[in-house]
Amino acid sequence: MRASHFWLCLLISALTSHWASADRLLIINGNVLIGDDRPAAQLDILVDRGQIETVAEDLKSVEADRVIDAQGRIVTPALFAGITAAGLSEIGMVYEAVDSRLNDLYTGLMHPEFDVRKAYNPLSSVIPVTRVEGYSYSLLMASFGDRTISGQGSLVRFDGGFDSFEGKTTIYVNVDGSSGNKIGGSRAAHWMLLDSAFEELSVDDDDLTLISASGKATLKAARRDGLFVFRANRASDIYQVLRFSRKHKLSPIISGGQEAWMVAEELASAGVPVVLNALDNLPGSFDGLGARLDNAALLHEAGVTVLFTSGETHNARKLRQVAGNAVANGLSYGAAVAAMTSLPAEIFGGKPRMIAPGLRADMVIWSGDPLDVNSAADQVIIDGVLDSMRSRQTQLLERYLPEDAGLGRAYINP
Amino acid sequence: MPALLVFLITLLGCTAAQAQSDAFPSTYAAPPAQPILLRNATILTGDGMRFDGADLYMEEGRISWIGEGDTAPDTVVVDASNRWVTPGLIDVHSHLGVYPSPGVAAHSDGNEATAPVTAEVWAEHSVWPQDPGFPRALAGGVTALQILPGSANLFGGRGVTLKNVPSTSYQGMKFPDAPYGLKMACGENPKRVYGGRTQSPSTRMGNVAAYRSAWIRAQRYQADWDRYNKAVEDAAEAAADDGSGASVASALLTNTPPRRNLELDTLAGALRGDILVHMHCYRADEMLTILDMAKEFGYRVGTFHHGVEAYKIADDLADHGVCGALWADWWGFKIEAYDGIQENIALVDRPEGGCAVVHSDSDEGIQRLNQEATKAMLRGNRAGLSIPPERAIRWITLNAAKSLGIDDQTGSLSTGKMADVVLWNQDPFSVYAKPLQVYIDGVLRYERGNPDLNPQSDFELGQLLGATQ
Repeated sequence: MRASHFWLCLLISALTSHWASADRLLIINGNVLIGDDRPAAQLDILVDRGQIETVAEDLKSVEADRVIDAQGRIVTPALFAGITAAGLSEIGMVYEAVDSRLNDLYTGLMHPEFDVRKAYNPLSSVIPVTRVEGYSYSLLMASFGDRTISGQGSLVRFDGGFDSFEGKTTIYVNVDGSSGNKIGGSRAAHWMLLDSAFEELSVDDDDLTLISASGKATLKAARRDGLFVFRANRASDIYQVLRFSRKHKLSPIISGGQEAWMVAEELASAGVPVVLNALDNLPGSFDGLGARLDNAALLHEAGVTVLFTSGETHNARKLRQVAGNAVANGLSYGAAVAAMTSLPAEIFGGKPRMIAPGLRADMVIWSGDPLDVNSAADQVIIDGVLDSMRSRQTQLLERYLPEDAGLGRAYINP
Repeated sequence: MPALLVFLITLLGCTAAQAQSDAFPSTYAAPPAQPILLRNATILTGDGMRFDGADLYMEEGRISWIGEGDTAPDTVVVDASNRWVTPGLIDVHSHLGVYPSPGVAAHSDGNEATAPVTAEVWAEHSVWPQDPGFPRALAGGVTALQILPGSANLFGGRGVTLKNVPSTSYQGMKFPDAPYGLKMACGENPKRVYGGRTQSPSTRMGNVAAYRSAWIRAQRYQADWDRYNKAVEDAAEAAADDGSGASVASALLTNTPPRRNLELDTLAGALRGDILVHMHCYRADEMLTILDMAKEFGYRVGTFHHGVEAYKIADDLADHGVCGALWADWWGFKIEAYDGIQENIALVDRPEGGCAVVHSDSDEGIQRLNQEATKAMLRGNRAGLSIPPERAIRWITLNAAKSLGIDDQTGSLSTGKMADVVLWNQDPFSVYAKPLQVYIDGVLRYERGNPDLNPQSDFELGQLLGATQ
């Protein structure tokens, strides 16, 4: 009797706190990184119905349904998780639960119209596992399949919605050595196929050989107002991406970019951002002989916009560590914070992600420096609502943390 | 007559010993080391202690003292104020050299995936000493590491423990007198690789049947050798008595040694405990099955590797004295890794006698074992366990040395141990921490920012010169 009463109370309080916090939430004494490259400042943040209303030095007299005293802890916009298959890949090697790629469809065509968003599952366990670590959005990728063009995706927000996509349509193109080796036998073959496919966009007739009519429409639309993410690591490949994009009037983004520092000036003058893994410092292939830890720092110094990706989906939460290592190797702290918060939204055309009036209240209160491995997200806030901070993994911990298992762990149901 | 007998016995004895002989021996010899004094550092000893503002003295390649003591006149004094000192880091699970960079197909030498039992292969015969991953790991503070075969097979072969020193041969890196490891694998990988070829094993029960069959053969092999060695011993005793010399000589000549078998050499070595068993195993239930099997055949499992569910059986592991070599946060890449939690390492560390080890299995992770340990420490502390740095550092030093059977020689800063030492720019439990100096046997092998002490592999030499000309 008493036990069930306890659970009922807990349920009610959970519900009420949920709704109350959705109205007016006040965070005081935050050490706030607003999401650009400015240093942290002592600020209070007032949130009204999911939107940031005021950010100011002292809002302590303002009434709110819920007040959180951050006690000097760092507050940031919720983070970008990198280019992932979150919600597309439940378990890496359980292929029937992986929906991020197109394979074995031997039509001979490239299929830019292949859209991974159709397969996105916000109920995947990966989403809360990632969200409780301070991440609220990601760029959904069409993983390498067996074509030069993998398909399309866009930003997705980890708010539980089935249709929480944002920003520009992003087409994924592979021009590196390993995919070159699979498709047509060389990277030169890649460029030949790509060039031919894009030439078909300018031809009026429907006698297409490399893309279908819907693929043609997809590419045309993406050329108008979408983005092309090229996977390329070798300096010469990156250089070719710039040339190709100029010729076909595309907005390119480099993904990988291990040798991007060698063509930093060209990237800067073309205004092309690089999404990189700042931990890459080994010549994993002949495309990455120039991989080095200060790649991000060198690019930033040259005026190139740098974003991060870890190449991980399940462990996308590692991206803070990636950014921290970039800082440890010379990137300015502000640039790393911007790259983890507002910049990806800006680059990929999503809603602005800063702690500023009028913007959505997606924020995190951190136990310490958000770019260091010795800190964690204390509280994630999405749309002004306090996240439950629960995931399948926190449940497993709660089941196995008690030293006394009683009748067995199966009876410990958090 | 007795002289001939003694000769014969010696000859046979040599043949017998050869079966377990020191093949491919280490040629590593530490160069002469100057006496070094690291002054005024925060020192984590690796065995649970912390000293603040303390001095560490190394002499003749060995740890001499922490605190106060005599120093030689030619001592090099390093100001370590505001710096931290730890033992050299040890990675118990690496594939450097056998899956080197660049990862081209012709470099893929880590899995002899042609039969489920390949205990006869030795990882060292695949190690490419020019893997640029070795010097990168050195810059991350790694002074010793075990190179293991992959996990495609039930018995993948022998692992080798190396000193992380540049050399043209693996023999020049081989950790003197370190025991060999035997790599075994549970679960998905072997059954996928062989089941996919409609070959045994294709199930977990097939896995266990095949391990047991192999152990039975190894037991028989060991028994044959024991019987033979006993006969040689008896003959020696009889010869010493100088009684029935002639008949003993003829008995010896007809009693030929068992035929040597490379696969069973390794398996029998594991049964005897000379070779340490390193078992790739993710699921809690499978690890318990393996512990029962070890009991059946009378051997010890030294370390479970990966063990993403080790936290579910932390007490069992501690009771059996088995280490868990684990990742800080990997999960979900296959279904046997679905229940991974970030508190795994801290929970395996919790019981009395728990032996938690942070391993990399990665050419990236091995460069940042301190960061991996930091994440694990953080999660333990957030779960309410109290884990200070002097405790967590054991996961990448002494516990790792224990897992490799080299804890009497390295892994902590005890007097007399090898002077394998890292000087850090700050508290190592941070993303901003970097090794400033790395000593192996008291010899400065790496120094941050010093081009003379940043070794580079042959492979990387002269690359990308086109860009500068």
